[in-house]
Amino acid sequence: MDTPLRNPVRSIFETTLRDDSVVVNIGPSHPATHGTVQIIAELDGERVLRSDVHCGYLHRGFEKECEDHTWHNLIPYVDRLNYVSALINDFAYCDGVEQLMGVQITPRCRVLRTLLSEYSRLVDHLTCLAAGLMELGAMTAFLYLVMVRDYMYEHLAALTGARVTYTYGRIGGLARDLPEGWLARMEEILVQYEEFVDRVHVLVDRNRIFIDRMRNVGVISTADALSYGFTGVILRSTGVPRDLRKDMPYLAYAELDFEVPVGIKGDNYDRYYVRMREMDESVHMMRQLAQMLQSPALQGPINVDDRRCTFPDKPLVYREIESLINHFKLVIDGPVVPAGEAYSAHESPNGELGFYLVSTGSGTPYKVHCRAPSFVHMGGAHLMLDGGQLADIVPTFGSINMIGGECDR
Amino acid sequence: MADPIFSTLQQALVPAAGPATLAHGILVFMLTPAELQPAVRRLRDEFGFDLFLDVTAVDWLGQSPRFELVYHFYSTTHKQRVRLKARVDEGDPTVDSLVPLYGSAAFMERECHDMYGIVFRGNSDLRPILLYEGFVGHPLRKDYPKQREQPLVPYRS
Repeated sequence: MDTPLRNPVRSIFETTLRDDSVVVNIGPSHPATHGTVQIIAELDGERVLRSDVHCGYLHRGFEKECEDHTWHNLIPYVDRLNYVSALINDFAYCDGVEQLMGVQITPRCRVLRTLLSEYSRLVDHLTCLAAGLMELGAMTAFLYLVMVRDYMYEHLAALTGARVTYTYGRIGGLARDLPEGWLARMEEILVQYEEFVDRVHVLVDRNRIFIDRMRNVGVISTADALSYGFTGVILRSTGVPRDLRKDMPYLAYAELDFEVPVGIKGDNYDRYYVRMREMDESVHMMRQLAQMLQSPALQGPINVDDRRCTFPDKPLVYREIESLINHFKLVIDGPVVPAGEAYSAHESPNGELGFYLVSTGSGTPYKVHCRAPSFVHMGGAHLMLDGGQLADIVPTFGSINMIGGECDR
Repeated sequence: MADPIFSTLQQALVPAAGPATLAHGILVFMLTPAELQPAVRRLRDEFGFDLFLDVTAVDWLGQSPRFELVYHFYSTTHKQRVRLKARVDEGDPTVDSLVPLYGSAAFMERECHDMYGIVFRGNSDLRPILLYEGFVGHPLRKDYPKQREQPLVPYRS
């Protein structure tokens, strides 16, 4: 290489505060951080004096690309934001478009979306906890949790046809209804989930090594968390019971019985425990929703009967000209969304996932903005890292659960 | 929606803000750039809007003023959302930063600066965050072509 490569980032500090401290660069591709993120830290021995967190290494122009495709075509893109709980992205995005179009989804779709949202939350928390525990050396706990997660991935693949990025939401409904025996298999998996999560509780909760690494590490105060726009598990771990599912109920959450677990100190241990408790609440909700889905009142269609957004049945497309034209118009021009703007927010596993959509009345969005919780959390991550040990960056970063696809868009 | 906070807000902010509208359950105020920071300060201090969730811009190419800034706030006490909007012109896309009021403003304004070239007066750290040092232009502006490439590493041929 003739010319040296330019550094893609410029740190906020170029000189050290003291003579005996050093500046080290961690990442963007570091084996101990899951997520492509760069942390430039000034160290006094092993203690972090200050840090500068850089994200953006997975930026791929999501919002720019969205302005060039029809409303339907964006569904696979939004899947790839938070790829650990892709279904929640789908539903939050579709919810925004449905608000603009004034579409009311069917009762069965509403309950099914709620069930799948909770399923996604469960998968996301399992992944986050498993990875976080593995980074602390708890390999057994990692394998227990990831094994259960893999049953869930396979189970979701049986419904959606894909393991991770499902493309299952549709504007005004869902891709397809549940296959035969799906809810029965779900109950089997939930029973296994309970068994293995119980084992993790026993292995980890009162484990001296775990507590020493997690208690009073990565602490954030309630005031700081609010000021830095933190939402989701991190805000709840500081004791604020803010949960959109309770505060602004969407989908079927108003009809469900569940609690919002909160922490006390806002440290890593609280975030671990809040996630564990939230998973139990999700399972509790999934069982209620599975009951509801079997009731005769909820045996109706999953897609609204609205020619503006719902694709006609395939046999009709082949047989009659109106459906054929309808199909072509929806594919080529996209669903015509009335001019306006909407902000739809769902409680994603990481916090408030918002979609701000602007339409000028055509089949293509004028603007799609994703309010990504991970990105906002990165803005305050230095508060949790500064003053701690270098080695604490790993568990603290794990407990923030930064997802690159969503953070960098 | 007949929530009391809406009518209170409307009365408190209307002289400055002009008529408020309700868009899909969110109260929307259109402000001038100069009114923005004082209005946000009142929202936070008097009305308990403690979460600054999001800032972005919409590029209305061909209109004047060209850029519409869109802010979303949330109150954990009232469990309500408010959206503030302000228009800035292409020649001077400057607005007061919210960094003195909310910590979250620092990163979100950096992103908005990256993408639209909005200058947030008072935010001392507008380094690129999602883009890289030396990136030319603002990719979410409507006159930035989608296919333009600015590789950091030259392509091998």
